[in-house]
Amino acid sequence: MAVEISKKKCIGCGLCVQTCPFDALTLENGVAQVDPDKCTNCGACVEVCPTEALALDEPQKKMSKEEKEQVKGMTETAREMSEELTKYKGVWVFIEQLEGEVAPVSWELLGAGRKLTDKLDTYLAGILLGDGVEHIAREVFNYGADKVYLVESPVLQHYRTQPYAEAIVNLSKKYMPEIILMGATTMGRDLSSAVATKLGTGLTADCTELDIEEESSYLLQSRPAFGGNIMATIVCRHRRPQMATVRPRVMDMPVYQEGRQGEIIREELGLSEEDVAVKVIDFIKEKGKAVYLDKAEIIVAGGRGLGSKENFKMLEELANILGGTIGASRAAVEAGWIGAEHQVGQTGITVRPKVYFAIGISGAIQHLVGMQTSDVIVAVNNDPEAPIFNVATFGIQGDLFKVVPAMIKEFRKQLG
Amino acid sequence: MHIVVCAKQVPDTAEVRVDPETNTLIREGVPSIMNPYDAHAVEEAMRLKDKYGGKVTVISMGPPQAEEVLRQAISFGVDDAILLSDRAFGGSDTLATSYILTNGIKKLDEQEKVDLIICGKQAIDGDTAQVGPGIAVRLNIPQLTYVMEIVELNLEEKTIKVARKLEGQKEIVQAPLPALLTVVKDINELRYASLPNKIRAARFKAMVWNKDDFPGIDPEQIGLKGSPTAVRKIFPPPERGEGEIIPGGMENPEQATATLVEKLVKQEIIADK
Repeated sequence: MAVEISKKKCIGCGLCVQTCPFDALTLENGVAQVDPDKCTNCGACVEVCPTEALALDEPQKKMSKEEKEQVKGMTETAREMSEELTKYKGVWVFIEQLEGEVAPVSWELLGAGRKLTDKLDTYLAGILLGDGVEHIAREVFNYGADKVYLVESPVLQHYRTQPYAEAIVNLSKKYMPEIILMGATTMGRDLSSAVATKLGTGLTADCTELDIEEESSYLLQSRPAFGGNIMATIVCRHRRPQMATVRPRVMDMPVYQEGRQGEIIREELGLSEEDVAVKVIDFIKEKGKAVYLDKAEIIVAGGRGLGSKENFKMLEELANILGGTIGASRAAVEAGWIGAEHQVGQTGITVRPKVYFAIGISGAIQHLVGMQTSDVIVAVNNDPEAPIFNVATFGIQGDLFKVVPAMIKEFRKQLG
Repeated sequence: MHIVVCAKQVPDTAEVRVDPETNTLIREGVPSIMNPYDAHAVEEAMRLKDKYGGKVTVISMGPPQAEEVLRQAISFGVDDAILLSDRAFGGSDTLATSYILTNGIKKLDEQEKVDLIICGKQAIDGDTAQVGPGIAVRLNIPQLTYVMEIVELNLEEKTIKVARKLEGQKEIVQAPLPALLTVVKDINELRYASLPNKIRAARFKAMVWNKDDFPGIDPEQIGLKGSPTAVRKIFPPPERGEGEIIPGGMENPEQATATLVEKLVKQEIIADK
């Protein structure tokens, strides 16, 4: 007999497969399977299973001498590995700057990083790369960092993957941080992937929660998975640094403390322009109003309640005032009132703006999956039972043809 | 010119449901599709082929049934498609996946030199955007992510110039070939499969490469063993807090709206620019 696996509880994480000293476990279609001939009932898998999907059905089989040696060997390797891991100290945050302007997510990460350093009893540092950016270090201290690792070079003036990645890889190899955090921006995602691959370590994208597991000190990295249908907590057990990118506007801004002091550690880049193959030719500010729903900070969306194509003009006016983008429910798109590129939801685009106005949208589940992670949801609907009110931050139950014109008027007044 | 496109078979996340009792994904009945961003990568490769000639090969890693996405790629007109499939590849995270795909691309390169690799910007099931850059790093070639337009391809000088979609602006960058691009959906409109290509696709049998096709592959870097990250826990998304219904919407909509707008502006939810 062998270890028993509950298919219902198994989440297919593979920890047991990695742990089994006898290669008795495999993953089949996302569920752990045991080879009874190889299983010795040693119980190593039972201990690591995060969901208690594994159980021993009988006492441990008597192991042969070789098998005992094998288990002993694995325990020793594991101990050596974990001793190696304790050499890594400190939480680092990549300070993302473009022409001297720092992306706010970097400050948010210093706030999140401070909470982690408190639990780990270690230091918080910013990684600052660029050309003539030393003055930013003061801000990094004021937002809570104890140290700034500074690399300045004309090569780093514009962001390019290779020199930025090499700078961080060199810093990391020399100073061995336990954790590196970056914003889940285009730059942060581009850079973190390159750094993690070069360092051969784990990277979790797009986290919305970070914490430290008490007994193991692992960084618990939680993120939405499968289109936001479920949350997954990821750990990186045996490699350091542990790396994560974090969505902007998820973590709170830290308290700004004017005049806070810290230590600047300066390193050379060791690269010249000839070493970098990619050349930045130009930056072009985007004009015009292409539909970028996935990136929109404010979305004004209309549904069946609008009743006609003409009535969408009213939403456009509101969107214009707010600098927002027009979204729509499937009903509105299928009625031909607006193009499919505006469709939010299961069959459309999943969005996560700062503010989502749902106007005349009842909130069918297929729409909700596409927008319920928006920071703030404002719903206007005349039906008090409309499911959209269950996810709304603010709701007005009323006639949208009265409320929307009033909104246009009020926002004009308030925003000048 | 030889272009390699990386494509992944993904569950249609819009169709994924969660079992409310066990908080696990209900996998049954969820249709599998080609990752939408990868479809745009295939399309872009075909456009380049239409313009400059050459060959397009699609490569995918996955279980045997992932052959379906390769068939779809064939229906778009690509020349060949390879599936990397082995039980030993199962459970790979992004680090291990990029290692395996890199091995596959190197093998293709030995057969016919690869000039350009195109990937979708991310896959909709994992949403990591990590595998493309991982391959570029391992091949030691430039990575150009979030590409919204190929501005210029100079086959004589072996350079490529692209527009990258950044927050609120685009960046024009130039890199020598071979290079790896990851593309956003804006880059093109997908074509319809032609009838001859559909027929070709229906009959297509993808070449499958397994672990043994890569004598030099390091078993410590593939599958679960080669994957530093692991899932610790799965739980339902946090529920939204109790909302606030502004009273008086029916009786006095103007007043209710004014209250709402004031709240939004005061709490800086809508910022005064």
